Amino acid sequence: MKFMRQLGIILLISACGELLRAVIPLPIPAGIYGFAIMLLCLCTGVVKLRQVEAAADMLVDIMQVLLIPSCVALMTYWRELSGSLPVLIGASIISTALVLIATGKAADAAIDMKERRGK
Amino acid sequence: MSSLLQNSEFFGAALTIIAFEAGLALRRRFNNPLVNPFLISVIIIIGALYILGLDYESYSLSAQHISFLVTPATVCLAIPLYRQLRVLRENLAAVLAGICAGVLINAAVIFAAATIARLGHVEYVSLLPKSITTPIGMALSAEYGGIEAMTILAILVTGISGNVMGEWLLRLVRVRHAVSRGLAMCASAHAIGTARAMEMGEIEGAMSGLAIAVTGLLTVAAMPLFSHLI
Repeated sequence: MKFMRQLGIILLISACGELLRAVIPLPIPAGIYGFAIMLLCLCTGVVKLRQVEAAADMLVDIMQVLLIPSCVALMTYWRELSGSLPVLIGASIISTALVLIATGKAADAAIDMKERRGK
Repeated sequence: MSSLLQNSEFFGAALTIIAFEAGLALRRRFNNPLVNPFLISVIIIIGALYILGLDYESYSLSAQHISFLVTPATVCLAIPLYRQLRVLRENLAAVLAGICAGVLINAAVIFAAATIARLGHVEYVSLLPKSITTPIGMALSAEYGGIEAMTILAILVTGISGNVMGEWLLRLVRVRHAVSRGLAMCASAHAIGTARAMEMGEIEGAMSGLAIAVTGLLTVAAMPLFSHLI
């Protein structure tokens, strides 16, 4: 029953996220609202970590499998998408390299600044 | 046979899980980041549907029971972040500086590429959230009228390339702190980068893990600044 109750809490928070998405006119997915509610509940102690973590860890663990069906939808878009495939791959690889450098360097700079101020 | 499978409540869901298991087995056999279980399972499923003469709708009829859990699983990303909140607070400046830089550079490169290649709005917004964890990226793409499947594919290419070149590139440009290396792996290549960061070291892995949700959230916030440009 423990697992059921944990799943119940997670689904309830997901439903709240869904509700917020319907009410608030912003392009924010339901899962993000739910994420914020979950974090808030944990920080305020309304929900204890042990009341959700078994089911939550399981869901995060199987995440990849949950996403497969949405990607299989490629087969219906293939004809329109195959033309932009080289751009997709090229832009993805180039931006990944530049983001690696930008994030690494910016974080390095922030750490150095903090250390210098600390001295 | 075909009409039986067409209306099956369970066939698509079972096929999804079996295909992923096959992908995992291949990954164990070859142990190479290019052999991606997710990509393999998608190829196996599309191949199987093609051979059996089934269309996406009949697969989806059953597989939607699996997709149903994506939003609850996204909500659960709060749990790993909550466990690392103390580490996040201690490194807040580095996390915000690093990830903001990453999110902006990603958007700038996608905008430039889309302009050069003359992509339309739909393709552009499908590519914008490509550096974040798949459940958030896919939902965000849908919010802006993008094609979820295209976003997932871009996220996958991003993750695999970051996993492959990350460590080498970070050494090449001399990123000195382990914290920065972990953040960079995640801001660029999300969970697939984090998996690699965990092999690089404990600090790299921890920083990269907490950055998954932060990168997703900052991209949700930055998306409206860029989405209308094309």
